[in-house]
Amino acid sequence: MLNYDLVVVGGGPAGMAAALQAHEDGVEKVLILERADSLGGILEQCIHTGFGLHYFGEELAGPEYAGRFIEQVYNTDIDVKVDTMVLDISADNVVTAVNNFDGLLTIQAKAIVLAMGCRERPRGALSIAGCRASGIMTAGTAQKYVNIDGYMPGKTVVILGSGDIGLIMARRMTLEGAKVKAVCELMPYSGGLTRNIVQCLEDFDIPLRLSCTVVATHGKDRLEGVTVANVDENLKPIPGTEEYIPCDTLMLSVGLIPENELSKNAGITLDPITNGPVVDEYRETSHKGVFACGNVLQVHDLVDFVTEESKLAGAGAAKFIKGEKADAGVVHTKGQDGVRYIVPQNVNTATDKDVKLYFRVGRVIKNAVLTVTCGDEVIMTKKKKKMTPGEMEYITLKVDTIHNLPKDSTLVVSAKEA
Amino acid sequence: MEKRELVCVSCPMGCAITVELDDNGQVVSVTGNTCPRGDKYARQECTHPERMVTSSVRVEGGRLPVVPVKTSQPIAKELIFDCMKEINQVVLKAPVKIGDVVIHDVLGTGVDILATNEA
Repeated sequence: MLNYDLVVVGGGPAGMAAALQAHEDGVEKVLILERADSLGGILEQCIHTGFGLHYFGEELAGPEYAGRFIEQVYNTDIDVKVDTMVLDISADNVVTAVNNFDGLLTIQAKAIVLAMGCRERPRGALSIAGCRASGIMTAGTAQKYVNIDGYMPGKTVVILGSGDIGLIMARRMTLEGAKVKAVCELMPYSGGLTRNIVQCLEDFDIPLRLSCTVVATHGKDRLEGVTVANVDENLKPIPGTEEYIPCDTLMLSVGLIPENELSKNAGITLDPITNGPVVDEYRETSHKGVFACGNVLQVHDLVDFVTEESKLAGAGAAKFIKGEKADAGVVHTKGQDGVRYIVPQNVNTATDKDVKLYFRVGRVIKNAVLTVTCGDEVIMTKKKKKMTPGEMEYITLKVDTIHNLPKDSTLVVSAKEA
Repeated sequence: MEKRELVCVSCPMGCAITVELDDNGQVVSVTGNTCPRGDKYARQECTHPERMVTSSVRVEGGRLPVVPVKTSQPIAKELIFDCMKEINQVVLKAPVKIGDVVIHDVLGTGVDILATNEA
């Protein structure tokens, strides 16, 4: 059995930032385990720019952003094993993994950081009627085909879902000569950034059809077309509005799911709304010494925020290993009235710095007032001009405020129109 | 006189902006924005819109068949497809490093095409 102070599961932006922070904070033996053949995670296929504006103050392409961390990792004595799949995390923090070089590996860790990221909701989650022809894939799969493998998966495309990956792929396919016939969005608003709607769709006259979904796929071996229909306020297709669109490719951009199979097997408590672990302000899960960060914890809009969160997890792991982490009781957090969830779900009352509470709202709220209460007491209020479900928000609690909160009490964050 | 409707992309507010242009394409007025950034964005969009272009080029002998590239600066929006034609003619030989100039001064714009990953 190998022995490490810290084992990090996943070598994307979250895992690398956590490993680097822990190393900087004095953790000596750090190991990153990565399933793919290189570090970098999903950023390797995100070749568009817009990464790093917050963290580096520069507009970088995905691989450039990842490259800066990869270089830092290889300039330290952090150990890295790629092509390595983690199979299990035990109750006493033994990590079981497998690869072609070492065979089966067992690693005793003092602390573990979970940084497995997320995956796309697949076709099976949508129950679209019709054939099983080739040419139906998630937008991220198409992105890998084009940007990593260097081939075009189709010539005429319909995209279902207006999440950012779908919008980015609409532009990418158009630039490479494909015809994107439509982007269909079930909801009456897009889940993507306005910037992407303008620069990926409007620039290329690609129609965005809101309140519209794919109701059937056609074709035997290869996709030949899809039937789309408008939906009513209950998101049910309206009979008589069906329209046939010929296409050889249907891309799905219909949401992301944190990849928590390992966490579930380890008995770690998950939040039913984020689908990620329940964590404290240093991102420690319900399992002592196991931390989680990045998209495995909550789906982020910006990698810059993933980096920030992962540095917290790395710092927390370092404190845990050195026995310096606060462990004297917590307050719980809860979203209410438009606030869907809060990360972290718990905050140690004896914590050592200010804590940002991250959340998303469930609907568009203009001229919003955010209120944080504890029992009958209003802790703080904050105004926001506009909040949308597509943008992660945060509110900062001062460390002094936290120290004065009674243990086991609940902080409630709510958002309402002013 | 021409009227153009834009959605500002400077921040999540997404203000609906109306721009009035005279017959020479000069901006006469910008309304609907709630901050100076909206005004700047609207004027730029109506007079000389620019975009970053990102794509990939073929690589021989590398770890992957393609390497991603970007423009070093935004280029005029109407040049996007001409720029893609130039990018699609390039075949590189490994090794390629991040920041390598793949095309110098593409289409005489003064903008370079740079590699954004290793290959």
